[in-house]
Amino acid sequence: MKPLAQDPYNIIMAGVGGQGNVMASRVLANMLSLKGYWVTIGETFGSSQRGGAVMSHIRISSTSTWSPQIPRRKAHIIIALEPMEAIRVLATYGNRDVNVLANMRPIQPVSVIAGEQNYPTLEEIQDTLNRLSSHVWLIDATDEAMKLGNPILGNIIMIGAISGLGLLPVGLDDFMEAIRDTFPEKVAEINRRAFEIGKDKMAQ
Amino acid sequence: MSKLTESKEGLRVLLMGNEAIARGALEAGVNVASSYPGTPSSEILENLSRVAKERNLYVEWSTNEKVALEVAAAASFAKLRALCAMKQNGVNVASDFLLHLAGSGTRGGLVLVSCEDPGALSSANEGDSRHFARLMEFPLLEPGDFQEAKDMTKWAFELSEEIKNIVMVRSVTRMSHASGNVWLGGLPEPQKPTKAIFKFEGSLLEPESGPVFSIPILHRHKLQHQKLRMAQELFEKSPFNTYQGPEKPDLLLITSSACNLYSREAISLLGLKDRVGLLKLGTTWPLPTKLVKRYLSITDKILIVEEVIPFLEENIKILAAEEGKEIGTKTFYGKKGGTIPREGELNPDLVASALSQIMGTPYAPTEAEYEKDSQRVLASIAARDLAWCPGCPHRASLWSIHKALQMDNCKGFVCGDNGCYALGIWPSGYSILKTLHSMGSNLGLASGFGKLDAFGMDQPVVAVCGDSTFFHATLPALVNAIHHRSNVTLVVFDNSGTAMTGFQPHPGLPVDAMGQEAPSLDIARICEAMGAKVETRDPFNLEETRSTLNHLMEQEGVKVLILRQICALSPEKRGKKRYQMRVEETKCLGEACGCNRLCTRIFKCPGLVFDNEKKKSRIDEVICAGCGVCTDICPAGAIIREEAISS
Repeated sequence: MKPLAQDPYNIIMAGVGGQGNVMASRVLANMLSLKGYWVTIGETFGSSQRGGAVMSHIRISSTSTWSPQIPRRKAHIIIALEPMEAIRVLATYGNRDVNVLANMRPIQPVSVIAGEQNYPTLEEIQDTLNRLSSHVWLIDATDEAMKLGNPILGNIIMIGAISGLGLLPVGLDDFMEAIRDTFPEKVAEINRRAFEIGKDKMAQ
Repeated sequence: MSKLTESKEGLRVLLMGNEAIARGALEAGVNVASSYPGTPSSEILENLSRVAKERNLYVEWSTNEKVALEVAAAASFAKLRALCAMKQNGVNVASDFLLHLAGSGTRGGLVLVSCEDPGALSSANEGDSRHFARLMEFPLLEPGDFQEAKDMTKWAFELSEEIKNIVMVRSVTRMSHASGNVWLGGLPEPQKPTKAIFKFEGSLLEPESGPVFSIPILHRHKLQHQKLRMAQELFEKSPFNTYQGPEKPDLLLITSSACNLYSREAISLLGLKDRVGLLKLGTTWPLPTKLVKRYLSITDKILIVEEVIPFLEENIKILAAEEGKEIGTKTFYGKKGGTIPREGELNPDLVASALSQIMGTPYAPTEAEYEKDSQRVLASIAARDLAWCPGCPHRASLWSIHKALQMDNCKGFVCGDNGCYALGIWPSGYSILKTLHSMGSNLGLASGFGKLDAFGMDQPVVAVCGDSTFFHATLPALVNAIHHRSNVTLVVFDNSGTAMTGFQPHPGLPVDAMGQEAPSLDIARICEAMGAKVETRDPFNLEETRSTLNHLMEQEGVKVLILRQICALSPEKRGKKRYQMRVEETKCLGEACGCNRLCTRIFKCPGLVFDNEKKKSRIDEVICAGCGVCTDICPAGAIIREEAISS
């Protein structure tokens, strides 16, 4: 078990209901738990999955369980499956040292669809992310997932990408082990490909 | 093999709180488990149902929480171990039986798990069921982390058998739906118990062999108090009550449940480990008075950290008053004085803020400039209001009800209840629901409104319920409405499962919790047999649904419209598109159409967006579920549906 840069090390995975946020955060947490770390996941699901903002808090520690809610401003990594959600999380849990990985495919809230509110432009999103964080990596995970035949795979591409960045001590083998018991064998292969696509994108 | 039935003792696994509770029950050798689905409790029974065969359990999704508790109690009366799980609102439903049960006592270990929702993250209220333990006089346990969620559940069975009464384990969303590492304990060999038998031959005064009553009442009530004192004595030595901190702290923080984790973190954030003592109580009713008194004596300032009702706070203050002569006067901080918020859930920041205020320790997690920039950004980004999923039958159903009431134009209104269709209170659900209370209150209220014609009320009354809700609590209200000739129209959204909580089966389906074939009860035939006029439609057929509803509303008496269409997220339907959808750009006139952008501004499906550059509507391929309903919304005929080629 490698010592952590900070203990507890705090990851927030955010997105919109229906993007597979809960599943992805559990896979990532399981990868870390299998490495021997103490992992705590805090999440809400139920009605929040109906198109609402969804957020999972993952805490990694060498010693103990932590609060399932990360304190304000204490995130070390933010993984966002949707760009506006990256900003929403950053505005509460961000700090000058935080790293952000964001999928760039927007999902419009109904208030935007109805023309009551505006969705920020790509430039505005990039500017805000850069201003409020230490490092930002952007990825077109949904587009890559569509090439694989299913947009939901964007969440696994994001996990692959976070592995590719080297910010967490996890790789493909950990991923395959973590999904072994929960994913049927026939979908494991496509998930492996999604993971590798994400990993390779960040290595480029 | 699932983590839940992993037999290796001492293995460390990552479990969701609800999985830990289920594992605790399995380690205790539970025989029977019952529940009615409700967030955040549902995963307990879901997990137990998956291993029912392997572990020789009887598991059922009961028709409602009162029946669930009765089913579990029957097992206990036959000397088996039983667990009954529900959300906080379910305890209210079960409470009538619960009061009698606490008086009659139990035999085999009986554990009631209440998973509550401070902050109402997925509920219509943030009710607190801890007061039932005090009101009805049975023991209450509250796990302070995931390991305890498992260990406490297991011990609750032993405690129940020791005192011969029901024991309640109370969890919260941030425990039940959060996950953490847990050391597994041993699992007993799965075995069928020797023939279960309900003994009743003894006299009224023999709790182990006589009939099970709360009668003779005073005798049993006295016995119940003895049981509580036994539990209290065991609590005094319980490993679930822990203290961390200096011998003589400046402040004693007393807490329980998930607030234990928030409190630990807050003390650490402020660097107050040497000045603040943390007394974590796992046994919260009856209070272990000797233990609490001992810790009240070590300092004069006490902060109580808990969610929803000041339950611990009041009980501890009563104790402090009783022991005042010995322990001296204390200064209390908590909900009563406003140090801890009285509404909503807590988190580490709120506890840190309370500590900072009391201890005079400043806490600023970031510099002012960053904070200011963040707040400005937060205020500028669009909210993500909840909306039905793309392809959801409720959007079509409530659209048609909305249209029917508009066409009827008599100030008709809809009484709602709990399910995904409760989103009908918001603009994304056409703001159509005008009342929303407990399960079944839809038709109960509607039945009452329907009789107000005696006072001149002439507004049409519609009630809506789901298929599971129909069986849960709408049936008695239907009996009432029919018998009293109330003028109401009940719309049943039959989406083939208890969809909001994860497709648990209900009595209308041909399968039970353990996946076995079960007789299904036909909602239409039940309503007809009771004397209602019944119609069944596919809600995706908007015009037919709307006209049928208008026709029914014109008639006297109780009318039932069943709208049958399977949930878009159901395993059978998920990911399968019936139609390939597209917007014909030459036909879409955008703002110039005169429809006021009906499709995007009013209908509000996340899969149908407005392209601000082209000024036309557009299907979002990634989101659209291909239900085809929006084709019938567009007055210009610009939304095209084509049969999808199945892959």
